[in-house]
Amino acid sequence: MKAFTQHKGLVAPMDRANVDTDLIIPKQFLKSIKRTGFGPNLFDELRYLDEGFPGQDCSNRPLNPDFPLNFPRYQGASVLLARKNFGCGSSREHAPWALDDFGFRAIIAPSFADIFFNNCFKNGLLPIVLDEDVVAQLFEEMYAQEGYELTIDLEKQQVIKPNGEAIAFEVDAFRKHCLLNGLDDIGLTLEDADDIRTYEAKRREQAPWLFDAVK
Amino acid sequence: MAGQTLYDKLWQDHLVKSREDGTALIYIDRHLIHEVTSPQAFEGLRLAGRQLWRKDSLVATPDHNVPSEAAERAGGVAGIRDEVSRIQVQTLDENCRDFDVVQFGINEPGQGIVHVIGPETGATLPGMTVVCGDSHTSTHGALGALAHGIGTSEVEHVMATQCLIQKKMKNMLVRVDGELGPGVTAKDVVLAIIGKIGTAGGTGYAIEFGGSAIRSLSMEGRMTICNMAIEAGARAGMVAVDQVTLDYVKDKPYAPKGAQWEKAVAAWNQLHSDDDAVFDAVVELKAEEIEPQVSWGTSPEMVAPVSATVPDPAAEADATRRTGIERALEYMGLEAGQKITDIKLDRVFIGSCTNSRIEDLRAAAAVAKGRQKADSVKQVLIVPGSQAVKAQAEKEGLHEIFIDAGFEWREPSCSMCLAMNADKLGAGEHCASTSNRNFEGRQGYGGRTHLVSPSMAAAAAIAGHFVDVREFTRQEALSGEEI
Repeated sequence: MKAFTQHKGLVAPMDRANVDTDLIIPKQFLKSIKRTGFGPNLFDELRYLDEGFPGQDCSNRPLNPDFPLNFPRYQGASVLLARKNFGCGSSREHAPWALDDFGFRAIIAPSFADIFFNNCFKNGLLPIVLDEDVVAQLFEEMYAQEGYELTIDLEKQQVIKPNGEAIAFEVDAFRKHCLLNGLDDIGLTLEDADDIRTYEAKRREQAPWLFDAVK
Repeated sequence: MAGQTLYDKLWQDHLVKSREDGTALIYIDRHLIHEVTSPQAFEGLRLAGRQLWRKDSLVATPDHNVPSEAAERAGGVAGIRDEVSRIQVQTLDENCRDFDVVQFGINEPGQGIVHVIGPETGATLPGMTVVCGDSHTSTHGALGALAHGIGTSEVEHVMATQCLIQKKMKNMLVRVDGELGPGVTAKDVVLAIIGKIGTAGGTGYAIEFGGSAIRSLSMEGRMTICNMAIEAGARAGMVAVDQVTLDYVKDKPYAPKGAQWEKAVAAWNQLHSDDDAVFDAVVELKAEEIEPQVSWGTSPEMVAPVSATVPDPAAEADATRRTGIERALEYMGLEAGQKITDIKLDRVFIGSCTNSRIEDLRAAAAVAKGRQKADSVKQVLIVPGSQAVKAQAEKEGLHEIFIDAGFEWREPSCSMCLAMNADKLGAGEHCASTSNRNFEGRQGYGGRTHLVSPSMAAAAAIAGHFVDVREFTRQEALSGEEI
C-alpha cells in the first residue's frame, strides 16, 4: 500500500449527503477482475450524459457540464469535500479504487459509512471526519476561492487551510501507523500467527462443529 | 458488572488478541465468496505468494453476474453472453480450483445467492463469525451469528490470516413489540425501522433486533430484517437464538449431528443478551403502528406507509434533507403530495438476498393466484434465491401460479437487484422491487426503484400501481372476484 504522510492539493466538492457507492462506481464496472482502471468511471452517471459500459474509451463521451468535477477550476483536484454519510451502501472496494485511480488522496466529510471508511485506509486514501459546521465552512471557502487548496498532515493530524489555520482531526492509531508507513496489514497480522493458532486449537476443542468442512 | 449483549458474547468468543492500539484480532469461522469481490483478493495472495489460512472455512458460489434467463443459463459459464461477466465467473472457477475452495458452481444444486445458501445449507450457523465481500452479509446474523460485509482487501486478509482487524462496535437494540397486522411483513418492519433511524442511524453500531414482534417472525423473516441492517448503516444485525432458530438449523446438511448437535445447542442457548445487558442506544417501534411500506425516493430511508403521500420538500426544515428530497423527487419523476397508490409500475422484481426465499415466493404466489399481471406492466420477474428454493417452489406448484399470472419464472441469481446480469430497468421505468436498495441507477441506468415486500410487489404487478395488499385481499374475500 502506498504511504500517506503529507499532502497538499486542490479541493473539489461532492455537495450532497448520503452519496452511495453505487453512485461512486456503478455496478457494470464491478465486473473487472483488476484493482485499477476505475478512475474514468468514477461518478459515471453524474459525470457523463450517456450510459457507460465497461472497457469503453471515455474520452469521447459527452460530459455533464453541470457536474463540478467537470468544471475547469476543479481539474487536478486531489481532496474531495463531501457531506454526511459518504460511501453508504455496498461494500464494493471498487469505490475507493475509483477515487484513488481518479487522483484523490483524501476525502473530508462530517461522517462516512463504516465499510467504505475502512476500505479507504486499505488503499492509501485518507478519509477525514470533521464537524458538520467546519465542513460547511470549508465548502463556503472553497466555492469563494478558485484554486482553493488544503494541506493534510497525517503525522500532526491536521488539515491546514490556505490562511495557515490548522484544523485537528482524529484517526485510529493503528490505521495512522499503517498509512504513514504504507504497511501491508496482512503481514502485520501474520506476526501474530502463533496467537491465531493457539486460539484455533482451543476453539476446535470447544466447538468442533465450527471446523466441519462443507461438501 | 452489567450483563453482556449478544454482540458482546459473539465478540468475546472470537477474540484472538486485543492489541495495545485499541484494535483486536477477531477470528472468522465462515468466509463466503462470490465472483465480484474475490478476484482481486486471490490475485493479491498470488502476488504475495501467500496461502489460504484455512481453506475449509471458505464456500464459494457465483450469483451477481449469472444469467437468470433459462436458455442462456443452460449453457453454464461458457454460455454467459456478456464477455466481462463470463470472465468474472470463469475467474471464480479458476481460483476455486487453484486454491482448492469448495464452490457451488453455476448450475449445481447448491448454487444460489450467497446469503440464501449459507443458512439453508447450514454452512452458516449460530455463534459463527461470518464474512463476505458483500454488505448484505448481515443476513446471517438472523441465526445468532456475528456477520458482516467486508471489502476486498479484508477478503484477502481473512483468506491469509483467518482474522479481521477490528475495533469493537457499539451496541444498539431495535425493539419491536406487539403484534404485526395481517399483510404486514418483515420487510415492512425493516423499512419502517430504516425510515425511523435513517440510513446512517446505525453507523458504528451492531444492531440486535428484539421484541415480541421479532420473536414471532420465522427465520426467513428475521433474515430479511438482518439483511437490511446495512441500509440503516450498521455492518452487523442479529437476532438472539431461540427455539425458532434451533428448529430451523436442525437437520440442515452442514449442521452438526448427534452428540455434536446436543453440544452445539447447549452453546447456542447462551446466544442472547443478558437481562441486565446495557445497550448504547435503544430504538423502539410498536408493531401495530407499522403499515405495508413503499419507498418513494433514492435512499432506503425515503419510505412511507402505502396509505401516505409523497412528501413535500417545502415542509422539511433541514436544508440538507430538503435538497435531498427535491433531488429524489426529480430523479423518481414524482410530485410532492402524490398518493403512493397512484404510482404506476413498469416492471416488478421479486427476488434478491432480501426476499427470494420460499416464504417470500409463497407470499407472492398467494396474491398472484388466479390473477393476471396488469397489461401496463411490461415484465414481472420472479427470481428464486437458490436452486433449493427453486426446486421447492416447483414442488409446490408456485411457478405455475406465477406463469399463469403472466410472470416470468427465472433461474437463481441476484438479477435485477443490482442489474449486473441482463435483467435491468430502462431509463425512467418504475419498478416495485423486493430488493434492498433504491439508489439512483441501482437497477439500471435511470431506473426508478420502489422497495416493497413480496406480497406488495405481487399486488402491484396485478393492479399496475401500488395498492395496499390488505385492501386487495380483503376485497377478494368479500367479492370472490378479481380486481
